[in-house]
Amino acid sequence: MTTSVSDPSQKHQRREHGLMLALVSPALLVILALIALPVGWLAWQSIYHDGFTLENYRRVFTEDIYWRSFALTFEISLAVTLIALLLGYPVAYLANSLPKGWSILILSLVVLPFWTSVLVRAYAWLALLQRTGVINQFLRYLDVISEPLPLVHNTFGTVVATVHILLPFMVLPLYAAMQKIPNDLMQAGASLGASPSVTFFRVFLPLSLPGVLAGCTMVFVLCLGFYITPELLGGGRTVMVSMLVSRNVELYNQFGAASAVAVVLLLSVLVIFFAVSRFISLDRVLGQK
Amino acid sequence: MMRASPARIVLYVISVLVLVYLILPVLIIVPISFSSARFLTFPPPSFSLRWYEQYFSNPAWMQATRVTLTVAFLTVLIATPCGVAAAYAVSQSKLRIMRVIHMALLLPLVVPIIITAVGIFFVYARVGLVATLPGLVLANVMLGLPYVVISVLAGLQSFDPAQEMVARSLGMNRLRSFFAVTLPQIKSSVVAGAIFAFISAMDETIVALFISGGQYQPLTKRMFTALRDEIDPTIAAISTLMTAASFMLVLLASARQTRSG
Repeated sequence: MTTSVSDPSQKHQRREHGLMLALVSPALLVILALIALPVGWLAWQSIYHDGFTLENYRRVFTEDIYWRSFALTFEISLAVTLIALLLGYPVAYLANSLPKGWSILILSLVVLPFWTSVLVRAYAWLALLQRTGVINQFLRYLDVISEPLPLVHNTFGTVVATVHILLPFMVLPLYAAMQKIPNDLMQAGASLGASPSVTFFRVFLPLSLPGVLAGCTMVFVLCLGFYITPELLGGGRTVMVSMLVSRNVELYNQFGAASAVAVVLLLSVLVIFFAVSRFISLDRVLGQK
Repeated sequence: MMRASPARIVLYVISVLVLVYLILPVLIIVPISFSSARFLTFPPPSFSLRWYEQYFSNPAWMQATRVTLTVAFLTVLIATPCGVAAAYAVSQSKLRIMRVIHMALLLPLVVPIIITAVGIFFVYARVGLVATLPGLVLANVMLGLPYVVISVLAGLQSFDPAQEMVARSLGMNRLRSFFAVTLPQIKSSVVAGAIFAFISAMDETIVALFISGGQYQPLTKRMFTALRDEIDPTIAAISTLMTAASFMLVLLASARQTRSG
């Protein structure tokens, strides 16, 4: 392969390639050492313990706690995604239909919580939702309830706080997709006699579907791996997969089992990304971060 | 024409409610942090700075704050040059493998953080980096890199590489032409990326839960432990300060970007 070093342009090009690889290598090294190596380690540990074994995977797929946790995690992620879509779509639609100044204001308000720590927001939701919290006190003051409602330390509290954290990831891709829909199309629909609701459902909604898919993918995938919120707001009953991983490591020293759960979770995420990438470009899903 | 339609009004009402849902929890911690009450009562019975005093006079909280700030600054110092160099190479090089490398650089955003955290814990346990400052910084560099890369790549998209060629044809070497011609034009994206890396390091919790310990526990790990046990309004004071810091940094980043853009 290294035959014609004499050709100056080829030599130059090789030097250029070498320089570029050198420039990218520090960052790449950090990523390889702290993502690729650890994930590889988990995969190895899940199948090797004094010899090869599939025992860890047998447990993940047959034992009740694991099954229930995976099922619960997918259910919660699905619920969170649907709620985020229902709440996010109107906001994105409004931001898209208003003049520039208003839409910037709305989008700024949407991303504002994004810049507060997840821990801070978990604390805020505890303050709002607990038995002596703001909402229960307010409802009692209004005499709507006599006993405080159990709003937190359960799945309800987890979902409320998780939707809050993930909503920006839904609104931004929706807004980006809606921005690409030409306004004339809606006017054309209207001029042909279609009512506003018909133009919305027949023209606007289908054209915004790539944004819907991008937003739903991001929210669903991020939710699958959620840890802090269910741990702090789930009250120990809402055991999501991430908590299964951490408990197996911290409490039971079951490193093999923890690794197997982590590998199954990662594979689920990758399968989802792969499936979605057949319909829309992944840049569209990730670019919004 | 559509302005006053009932559908439009419903749209406004829903949107306002959603925005309140998004903003209210961020704002509610401020009055709680200035309340004199031991337990959460709303509205607060009287104004007090006792939770701020408690935070600033507690050596454990102060030590954790020092760790957080040290880690965040070191993270920015390392992640920014690495990220800028990588983004430059990805955008300028015609090598095929750069596409793969570009994807690899975004991996920290794709792999669920709990998996990264446990994996790093296992690797660190082998090489003795658990509960050390370098270990914590290194993990945060990895998590902050994608923000720098994405931001700088966006900045380089509007940059014309021919300008650098001109500088080089006039006799500047590669390095000088980068610093004299390219860097000034992408400065605001570099700063924005650095600020995002700082915020990411300041807020990072899950990896720290697994790999930090002893005297090198960041603020977020102590907050998490405190939140699991009981709700102490000191957390509200710390949360208010952290949120204020984040917002100021974001404003700084966006102010720079609008000025240049």
